[in-house]
Amino acid sequence: MTRSDAVLITAIVGAILSFSFISSGGNVGSFGITILSGLFQGMLLFLVAAGLSLIFGLMDVLNFAQGAYFMVGAYLAYDIQHTGGLIDVGIADPGLRFIVGVIAATLAGAVLGVLLELLLRPVYKRHLFLLVLTFGVSIVMLEGIKAFYSVTPYTWTEFFGIREAQFTFLGQNFTQYRLFVLAVGFALMVGISLLLNRTRIGIIIRAGVQDREMVSALGINVQTVFTFVFTLGCAVAAFGGAIAAPFLGATITMGTTYLVAAIAVIVLGGLGSYEGTAIGAMIVGLALAAMQQFSITINQPVLASITPMMLLIAVLLIRPRGLFGQER
Amino acid sequence: MSAPLLRVREIDAFIEQFHILEDVTFDVPDGGITVLLGRNGAGKTTTLRSVLGMTSVTSGDIEYNGQSIVGKKTHTIAQMGIGYVPEHRAIFSELTVQENLRIAARHKDDLPRNIEMIFTLFPDLKRLYQLQGGNLSGGQQQMLAIARALVPDNRLLLIDEPSEGLAPVIIEQVIAAIKALAETKTVLLVEQNFRVASQLADNYVIMDHGQSVAHGVMASLSQDDEIVQRYLGVGMH
Ligand SMILES: Nc1ncnc2c1ncn2[C@@H]1O[C@H](COP(=O)(O)OP(=O)(O)O)[C@@H](O)[C@H]1O
Ligand SMILES: [Mg+2]
Repeated sequence: MTRSDAVLITAIVGAILSFSFISSGGNVGSFGITILSGLFQGMLLFLVAAGLSLIFGLMDVLNFAQGAYFMVGAYLAYDIQHTGGLIDVGIADPGLRFIVGVIAATLAGAVLGVLLELLLRPVYKRHLFLLVLTFGVSIVMLEGIKAFYSVTPYTWTEFFGIREAQFTFLGQNFTQYRLFVLAVGFALMVGISLLLNRTRIGIIIRAGVQDREMVSALGINVQTVFTFVFTLGCAVAAFGGAIAAPFLGATITMGTTYLVAAIAVIVLGGLGSYEGTAIGAMIVGLALAAMQQFSITINQPVLASITPMMLLIAVLLIRPRGLFGQER
Repeated sequence: MSAPLLRVREIDAFIEQFHILEDVTFDVPDGGITVLLGRNGAGKTTTLRSVLGMTSVTSGDIEYNGQSIVGKKTHTIAQMGIGYVPEHRAIFSELTVQENLRIAARHKDDLPRNIEMIFTLFPDLKRLYQLQGGNLSGGQQQMLAIARALVPDNRLLLIDEPSEGLAPVIIEQVIAAIKALAETKTVLLVEQNFRVASQLADNYVIMDHGQSVAHGVMASLSQDDEIVQRYLGVGMH
């Protein structure tokens, strides 16, 4: 990160926080909400955007199904947590049931990720086909969810320890679950970064982002790296959906909402840059939280939904390559 | 005489619908340096890429070490012991020099085993080891690109225009390094600079309009003003 990157990022975050402070009429509590809710949403966004960014970097294709994996993760975690669904794990302790639900959702994401990658193999060289196929898969997954479950939003009702316990920040009460999501998301963020920077497969992924033909000329089977990245990206998105569910519940629109915001994140962060994706996700999360509050104040909910794209446009006007993108 | 390490027989290659190579035929003897000569656009780079399976060969055969490699995947061909130093180097600019070398290792001990040999050939790389590839000068990137092909125990190196765009003193270093590494490896070199080519090569193959049109011993080519004028359009001195 250069000095001007740091200045730009500080300026954007400062502008978002000032906006939140001023638009709430100088209420310190609203700061607390913007920061915590913003980082919370940013972390969830990151979990969708991380896979999107890695897959795009390596294969130049936007995986439109990435949001669907988030949604499937949420439905599985919801189903396992609540009685009367398709899956009954027979575990009495709700905290334990939650952990099982998250693990099951993540594994399902990984398996579905492998399947998606297999499906895409025949058309790897044709970007338009890839785009259409991932879009098609996202629709199939959405219709599948509608068929197995229902189009009515599911609200999370089975609470457990950290989902109930509260803490106070700047005079506002929040559930500890937000801190849990922040901690787990941050751990994953660091974990993936270590994977990319310290391991051989990470070096191969970073090299492949730049020139995958040269990577194969070194004797490396890029195909297996593709499989790995798809599996990782889809598993992380499903994991994100699962840990989002106790808050967002499970709805058929959540995949698309997070996909669109995640696309804004990776373009804003600079395509192909992992650092940019991480920081971009937090910025979009904070902006969303600030606008959600503001749109309640002025009773104009559409403002919040267009925020990621507005922010994207604003950043691209200042810096067309995004925050951390390479000039190409 | 021992069998050639690489045999290219009447290959045709296409890039999309364009017929780029036609009946290209030549041998690369085991050991020493063979240079591919020819004007810009003659098909030299495409020939190297065809050996590595990066361009689709539609007919003819390529044998490496007695085994047909046409139709095999690029990574499989490379693993058989072929190193590639492409035109414009293709250094991974986001990776450090160390990572650029580490990624080329096919076995855990490749880099530790060969790093001293690499540093002996290119002492500069030792000093630049932790720098990002993108921060290197053109000459340093060329050295890194050659070094990268030396990390695994490759038997054949395909080196495309190593002197392109480099200052004369740097070219001398690169020539010295290629000479040194050719003592243990076979090199198929593409080189537009005739002076550099004649300093290095044992044998030559001339390409013109996607065809192989002449071949022989380099020392005799240097005597043959007519061929040089006709296909390379350069004076010898
Ligand atoms: N991607 C491509 N698309 C179409 N034509 C190409 C492409 N790459 C190379 N060619 C053509 O193939 C011919 C041989 O190119 P190349 O092998 O790069 O020649 P050389 O290396 O001898 O300069 C040239 O006429 C060039 O225009
Ligand atoms: Mg060329």
